[in-house]
Amino acid sequence: MRRLLVVLLLPLALAAAPGALASEQHPTLGELEGQVMCPTCHTTLDQSSSPVAQRIRAFIRARIAAGDTASGIKKELVAQFGPAILAAPPHKGFGLLAWWLPIAGLLAGVAAITFGVWHWSRSREPAGPAPPPAALEPELERRVDEELARLDA
Amino acid sequence: MASPVKLAAQALAVAAVVGLLALLVWKVTHQPGSGVEKALSAGKHPPAPQFTLTRLDGPGKLSLASLRGKAVVVNFWASWCRPCKEELPVLEKTWLQYRKQGLVVVGVDAEDFTSDAKRFAHKYGITYPIVHDAPSATVDRYGVTGFPETFFVDRKGRLVGAHISGSILSTSEIKAEFAASVRRALRS
Repeated sequence: MRRLLVVLLLPLALAAAPGALASEQHPTLGELEGQVMCPTCHTTLDQSSSPVAQRIRAFIRARIAAGDTASGIKKELVAQFGPAILAAPPHKGFGLLAWWLPIAGLLAGVAAITFGVWHWSRSREPAGPAPPPAALEPELERRVDEELARLDA
Repeated sequence: MASPVKLAAQALAVAAVVGLLALLVWKVTHQPGSGVEKALSAGKHPPAPQFTLTRLDGPGKLSLASLRGKAVVVNFWASWCRPCKEELPVLEKTWLQYRKQGLVVVGVDAEDFTSDAKRFAHKYGITYPIVHDAPSATVDRYGVTGFPETFFVDRKGRLVGAHISGSILSTSEIKAEFAASVRRALRS
């Protein structure tokens, strides 16, 4: 099972890696605009035309032209504006909640569904071997035999 | 009678909702700066939130605590802010006029590039101390919601006078409020 998972996921990872590397080494303004916040309007840069957003855009454009990497540009922006300039929450303190809460929720959901399915399927299983059919009363049995004999005649 | 599994699931769901509600309440009650604004509006004089920030007008850092005994005008600004530029001459004039009486104007530059702020200060001939609030922590502590905003700190380190949100030149009433607040900070 694990081997199958590796076989399935490896090509995906290999396919995504060059793109991620290219994006890191040669970022575009469009990519970074979605990852950087406008500090005054609290939206990502691509949704803002405020003066500070325009200034940050010009800065990013200049750094891309100078050959800077995506992480280098972000690092400089954090130094100037603080960690809140990045759209993604930080991997520490309160920001950790934003990273782990959805994963915890997803795992809890999967666990709840798995448990529910298991519980449901168990409750529908037969409790044991079916009980033998109850014997007919002698009088009733006699009448049924008579009826059957009449039908056969 | 409900099964233990059902009870556990219900308890878990209730706990999750209570947890999220508690988080929401904590976030709302810990809004930065809201306490300062409320106290000033109620006519109180809360202690000015402290800061130690990197100077842009020279080397080192400047802390508000080091200015205890002086009246301080704390002006939040950014180089891309047009009203900030308009009120600069008044702030500079106030600083030059009252510095011998113990007044200091501190320009807190935030949400800005330090290079832009330095260029701006040089271009407009600002001579009062300028600091840079990189993570906007001081902005948050004072509850600043836009630029410019101006606060007044008396010689005992308390916020006094008006909290001017917007340009100190926007109306004649605000200009008068600015002058009165400067006098009040100096008088204490």
